[in-house]
Parts: sequence; C-alpha cells; structure tokens
Amino acid sequence: MVVKVYKPCVPLSAIATSSTHGEDSPYFAGWRAYDEDPYDATTNPSGVIQMGLAENQVSFDLFEKYLEEHQEVSKLVNDIGGFRENALFQDYHGLNSFRKAMASFMEEIRGGKVKFDSNRIVLTAGATAANELLTFIIANPGDALLVPTPYYPGFGRDLRWRTGVNIIPVNCNSSNKFQITKQALEEAYAKAEKANLQVKGLLMTNPSNPLGTAMTRPVLEEILNFISSKNMHLISDEIYSGSVFSSEEFISIAEILEERGYADAQRVHIVYSLSKDLGLPGFRVGAIYSYNDAVVTTARRMSSFTLVSSQTQKMLSPMLSDVNFTKNYIKTNRGRLKRRYDYVVEKLRECGIECLHGNAGLFCWMNLKPLLEEATTDGELKLWETILKDLKLDISPGSSCHCTEPGWFRVCFANMSIETLDVALSRFTSFMEKRRKT
Amino acid sequence: MGYQSVSENSHLLSRIAAGDGHGENSSYFDGWKAYDSNPFHPVSNPGGVIQMGLAENLLCLDLIKEWIKEHPEASICTEEGLNYFEAVANFQDYHGLPSFRQALARFMGKARGGRVSFNPDSIVMSGGGTGAQETLAFCLADPGDAFLVPTPYYPAFDRDFCWRTGVRLLPINCFSSNNFKLTKAALESAYETARKNNIGVKGVLMTNPSNPLGTTMDRDTLKTLLTFVNQKRIHLVCDEVFSGSVFNQADFLSVCELLDEEPSYDKSLIHIAYSLSKDLGLPGFRVGVIYSYNDTVVKCARRMSSFGLVSSQTQHLLSHMLNDDDFTSKYLAENKRRLHTRHEEFTSGLEKFGINCLPSTAGLFVWMDLRQFLKENTENAELKLWRVIIDDVKLNVSPGSSFRCTEPGWFRVCFANMDDATMHVALKRIGDFADKVKDETTQLQQKKRFNKKLRLSFCRINDGGITQHLMSPHLQSPRSPLVKASH
Repeated sequence: MVVKVYKPCVPLSAIATSSTHGEDSPYFAGWRAYDEDPYDATTNPSGVIQMGLAENQVSFDLFEKYLEEHQEVSKLVNDIGGFRENALFQDYHGLNSFRKAMASFMEEIRGGKVKFDSNRIVLTAGATAANELLTFIIANPGDALLVPTPYYPGFGRDLRWRTGVNIIPVNCNSSNKFQITKQALEEAYAKAEKANLQVKGLLMTNPSNPLGTAMTRPVLEEILNFISSKNMHLISDEIYSGSVFSSEEFISIAEILEERGYADAQRVHIVYSLSKDLGLPGFRVGAIYSYNDAVVTTARRMSSFTLVSSQTQKMLSPMLSDVNFTKNYIKTNRGRLKRRYDYVVEKLRECGIECLHGNAGLFCWMNLKPLLEEATTDGELKLWETILKDLKLDISPGSSCHCTEPGWFRVCFANMSIETLDVALSRFTSFMEKRRKT
Repeated sequence: MGYQSVSENSHLLSRIAAGDGHGENSSYFDGWKAYDSNPFHPVSNPGGVIQMGLAENLLCLDLIKEWIKEHPEASICTEEGLNYFEAVANFQDYHGLPSFRQALARFMGKARGGRVSFNPDSIVMSGGGTGAQETLAFCLADPGDAFLVPTPYYPAFDRDFCWRTGVRLLPINCFSSNNFKLTKAALESAYETARKNNIGVKGVLMTNPSNPLGTTMDRDTLKTLLTFVNQKRIHLVCDEVFSGSVFNQADFLSVCELLDEEPSYDKSLIHIAYSLSKDLGLPGFRVGVIYSYNDTVVKCARRMSSFGLVSSQTQHLLSHMLNDDDFTSKYLAENKRRLHTRHEEFTSGLEKFGINCLPSTAGLFVWMDLRQFLKENTENAELKLWRVIIDDVKLNVSPGSSFRCTEPGWFRVCFANMDDATMHVALKRIGDFADKVKDETTQLQQKKRFNKKLRLSFCRINDGGITQHLMSPHLQSPRSPLVKASH
C-alpha cells in the first residue's frame, strides 16, 4: 500500500503568486469566452465574435502580394549562403539593415516630418517587452508611473508585475473628449506625493488605446512641459502611429522635440511595434527609440532577455526598407481602417449607439451609458455580461481599461472579415431593437 | 546625435539601470572586445584574435541548411509556404503553436535517448536560455533570496538570474581534486553559510552537462542533489542546454530520468531550462524553453513568456523541422560524432604540448589546465596569464575566475565555433606559446614582462555605481566569428 505523505507546497515567489498579471480581468475573461465558443460562419454561426482583440487583419494581402512579386526576398531569407550567419546572429544591436529599416519605416509613418537615428533603436520581442524594460530602467520597485485613463489593460501587467512599480492614473473623462489636462496631471502627481510614491515618469499612448484618438499639439506641449518641470521621464507608446486614418492628424512627440531643438529630449523614449500597424503580432517585433544614451545602452543590454529572432529581422528588413512598398502600405492600410471605422460608427449610430469621435486605431470607443441600469462599474459589468452571454460579442468594458466613467466599451473591428463584422453589427441592431420594444 | 551629458541625468535612472548587474565588466566579456577589435580571418587578418570564448556550435549547420532547402513549405515567404503567412503572422498566443511544442517535446525526449518523455503542455517559450533563466528566477524566488550554484559556472547567470530579479547566486565550491564533482558536503556547507547570514535559500541552479567543465553528472551526484533539495524543500533548476551535445559517452543522464525512478522525489520542485542555441546552433532564433513539473510554475512562466515569445515565423519553421523524425535522429547522431571528432583532435593536440584538459564528454569547449604556467597560485596571476594569451598569443579564451572557479589557472576554450583550419592555427599558437613559456621558466631571472595595467574588472558586488559604458557600446554582445561585422 502506498502511503501518500502530505508535503507542504514549496512556496513560489510573491510575483508568481500575485494577480498583477491581470488575467482575472473581464478583458481576458472575454477572450476565454471566445476561446470556448468561437464564432465560425459555417460551423458555429452562433458563437462568440471576438471584438476584444485589437488586431489588424485588413492588410495582409499587401504582404502576400509583395512576397509573391519579390521572390528574391524569399531567396534572401532562405539564402543558404547567408543562413549560417543569420542563424548565429544574436548580437543585441540587431541587424544593421533591420534597424535602419525600422528607422526609415517610422519616419515614413510620420510623413518624413522627423528623423530617426537607427543607432538609437533597441529591438525587443514586442512592445510588451519594451514597456516593461523601460520601466525597469527608469523606476525602482515602489516608484510610480503616471498613466492617463482609460488605458490598455495589459499595462497593469507590463508596467507593474515584475518591476514592482505602481501606476497612478491620470483621470480623463468625456467632458472634454477624454483629453489629458494639466489639472489632471497635477492631481495625479499630488496623489502620488501624498502616498509617498516617487513618480519617475509618465507613460502615454498616442494614438490612444482604447480611445482611438490622436493627441493634439497643445496637449503634447503641455505634457512635455509637465514632465520637464517635475524632472521625470516620458514614454510615448506610438504603436498605432501607422493606424491614424489621415497622416496629417498624427503628431508624434518626436516632432515636438525636433521643433524644440531637442531641449530636454533625454527624458523621452518612444515605443513602437509592428504588431498593430503591420498586423504582424506573431513575429514579436518591438522597438524602443530613446534620446537618452544611458537608456539606449541599458535597454540594449536588457534586450538580451527579449531579442527579435534573426530570421524575422532578415525577412522583414528588405520589405521595410522598400520605400515604394511602405508608402503604399501605409496609405492603403490607413484608407481601409478609416473605411471600416466609418462603416462601424455609422451602423452603430443607425441603431442608436454613439461612439467617441475617433481618428485612429483598430477599435472604436462606444458609449453605452444610456443602457446602464446604474451608472456604476457594477452596472457596466452587468451590461458587459449581457452583451457577452446574449449577444455573444466579446467587447471590452471601460472599467477594464480603468475608465472612471462607467458605460464606455472598446469595440475592435479590424480583426475580422467584413462578413463577420456585419454579423456582429446585426447583433447590436437586434439588441437595440429589442430594447426599444420593451 | 547626443542629447545630454551622461552625468547630468544618470540620477534619473533606476538602481538596476545604473548598477553593474549586466555583468559586462567581467573579463569574460573583455575577451570578446579584444576579438571584435581585431578578429582573425585566414586571408584578410591571419594575425588577428581567434575567438575561443564563445560557445557556439557551427559543426552541423550544413545539415540544417540542407533541410531548409528541401522543405520550402516550412518558410512563410516561399511560394510553397506563402499560404501560411497570414495565420502565422497573426499567431501571438503565448501557449505557442501546438505543433511547435510537440516538436520540442519530441526533440528533448530524443536527446535523452527516448528514456524521458516530455508533456508538450508543460513546455513554455522564453527569449532564449537567457530569458528562461530569468523567468524561472522571477517565479521561484523573491528579491534578496538566493539560489546555490556549483562553481565554476557560466558567467552570464549573474545577469540572467540576478540582474532584474534581485535574486542572489551563492557558490557551492567544487575542486579539481575530485574533478570538480558536486559533493554533499559542499552543498551542505553552502546552505549553512547562507543560513548563518540570514539569507533565504530558495533553490539550486545547476547546468548539466556543465558549462564550463564539459562534464555530465553521474547518477550518484544527481541523486545526492535530488535528495538534498527534497530534504531542504527547495527548488532545483536544471539547465540542460547542452543535452544534445553529449559525445564520447553512452548516454546522457538527465535529472528527469531519475524522477521516474524514485517516486519519493517531489517533482514539483524540478524545473528544466533549455534552448536550441547550442544543440542546434541557432542562437539567433532565440528559442528558449522552460519545462516544469510544477503546474503553477508552468502557468506563471507562460504568462511571463509574453515578455519574450518566440517569433511565430521561427516556431513554424522549427515545428516542421523538429517533427521530422528522420532528420532529428540523423542530426543528433551526426552532431555527437562531429563534436567527438573535434574534441579528440583538439585535446590530443593540446596533450602534445603537455597541456591537459579536464576529461569531458559534452559541450562545445574544454576546461584547460594551465596551472603549470602560473607564476603564482593567485587570481591575479591567472588574469596576467590571460592577458598574455589575448594580447600575445591572440586567442580569446575565458579565464576560470570569470566562472568563479575556486582554483586559479583553469581556462574555458571553445572549439566548435570554427573550421578545422582555424582550429589548427589556434593549436599551433598554443603550442608555440607553451614552448616559449617552458623556455622562460627554466631561466633563473625574474623579468617583469607585463607592464600593462590589469583590469580586475570582475564585478562581484553591485555597488550602485554608474556604468562606464554609457555610450552605446559596439560589443558586449555575442559576435560569432562567422558573422560579418555589419549587415
């Protein structure tokens, strides 16, 4: 007979047992609901439609066409002569050609209005890693970062989980279209001071996720002045910069810095990635662009934990360096996203749902305040559950994005075919019709 | 474009950023710098430094190249593979492609002679072996806690396990008197020392096969280790990154094999770190693996893998390759054979000059005994000797002190990252050097030959000081001899 002796579990770390990974949030619960019952036009037409994942699937054909027409790229990538070098290449500087290609692509997105020095680019496996890495560099455990609300739910994990850094929200609301104000910044800073937390930086996303709006020049100037006056860093997450519907409407922090002759630029770090603009999240291509030498050096060293596959660098390098391709891609992608956005917003308006006026991104910020039984987070979550269970739509509740105003929801529209989008929109329509009748 | 003076704003960085925990001030990396500024090339720079300080495996890349040529469907940008492009490019699930996990599980099982079977659902990706180590440290220990690690050990563990985690590594000293085998006494002593200093020991970190020794652990030692961690109720992280690079011995005995034999061992304490950088010679592809018998650790590590996932393009290619049974069998056997041949040639060449190496049966390097050439039995003397080897003999080898070896005079010398011709050049240089030193030591005078300032730059303590290398360094990152300086 085997006698099982009870052995107490050997403890794991505090980080391992904490829930700061954030996966208990409704943001991820919706993903699980989708995984368990995914919509398929033929095999599961009543399944959950995934509108909670900000992916860009509208422009893959442009890649496929490029690769078909440029077989020399595939020859280059599979070039047996160069294979060995590529397979061995683990230098954390990254392939020169790839860094140059990234710099050139980032300049392209900004309409040539700024210049990027490829030597200031540090590659990381995705923006997830880039944001965490920058946090490790600019803040100590127990310090704080200011983050304007609403913000991407994943920041809770990326900025806090393993770094031990806190997030202090800079609260924005619909009274001024959720723009960041000086007052909100000061209030957040004061709150941190009161709690004895040292604020080391501000992290903003421009264009915003989940709002889908690009920041205006006056706000950017205000923010730069604020971070300088408080002697802190500024991280500008610009991963949706290529997804602004019209190029004139995006102003990168880089532009303002150039105009200021780079005064105080050493406080500023830009995060980028190919996951959203190019729709290539699987390839894990993120980048940090810093105007601070010490940050570049340290970030590069830390990137050892999260390098981009040399195989992927090699494949993407010729494509991103091909200015004809990138110009056409950026323009076409923007146009398609805008058309999608306008279509979705129009259809929602027709059934009585309004959205925040947006000009960027892969989602719209939907206002369902009129539908709330109570104007509270509970009320919002109740509505969210109804939408998930009855409409079988996974959308993201504003509270999971730390929005202080209940009733807003982020709805992704670029990660599905137009047919699936129509099905989703029709579910909204039926839902609103039913409500009007009762 | 420079935007500021370094000192003005260094106070704006974290302690982690401002300190030396990145470890690049070690002599381990100094040698890389020497190589990079004067790299050997048989035609254009025959007098340059030969890189023997980078443990890479170049011997079987031709087999991999051949496979890729014959399987265009495994690439997503060929005509044959283009239809996979969209699905692969979109795939960012941190579970990884199921076929990739299966392929890894199979390959790892095969490297252990089919005596261990791995569950694909317990396989977690990481940013190379580097990422795997850091993730495990984050999962298993809190800042200030410690893991015990047998010396000598891979220098970058100090960075990987400690830098951003705040976890400490404390040495378990091993000695040449018993071929650096790990003993129960050494384990107990290290544990006791930590306890006396009020340091919480959370586990043991070991590498098997060993880097830098090139030896594998025998059954008794593995059992001693398993018994120890079970008694103390602490974790065991086993880095088996060279498990497919064992030659000259019948079988590689992995700790996983013993777990099945002895049910009283608590499996939840055991975690394996692996990578394809050494066995397959693909360090650029950044394929790291964590395999844990502890479901909570698997779950946590998987969540953390978001910070270092393997490119889906790479997963796609390798899942095809590693699921090809014929290929993997052929590869593992041939890799063994070529490593064995290279090892034999190199060590017998050294023996002719009266230089011995620790007997080894694995890895991409030898642990060379140069104690006879030391002027004194001190770390200083070892570093002096090392500088001569770099500057005069023009070989980048790694001094034992950078691996925290307790005894001066040992050097790790990599042999699998070059072709035969280069290896023979290296041997000749060593031979000439050995002759020269023998001549000198027979002389009675005490000439002071070395006037160079030595950098005892091996950093043991993070003193919170500002790193010297604030401008973006050109090196301190592995640069293979076969990779051009610029692309």
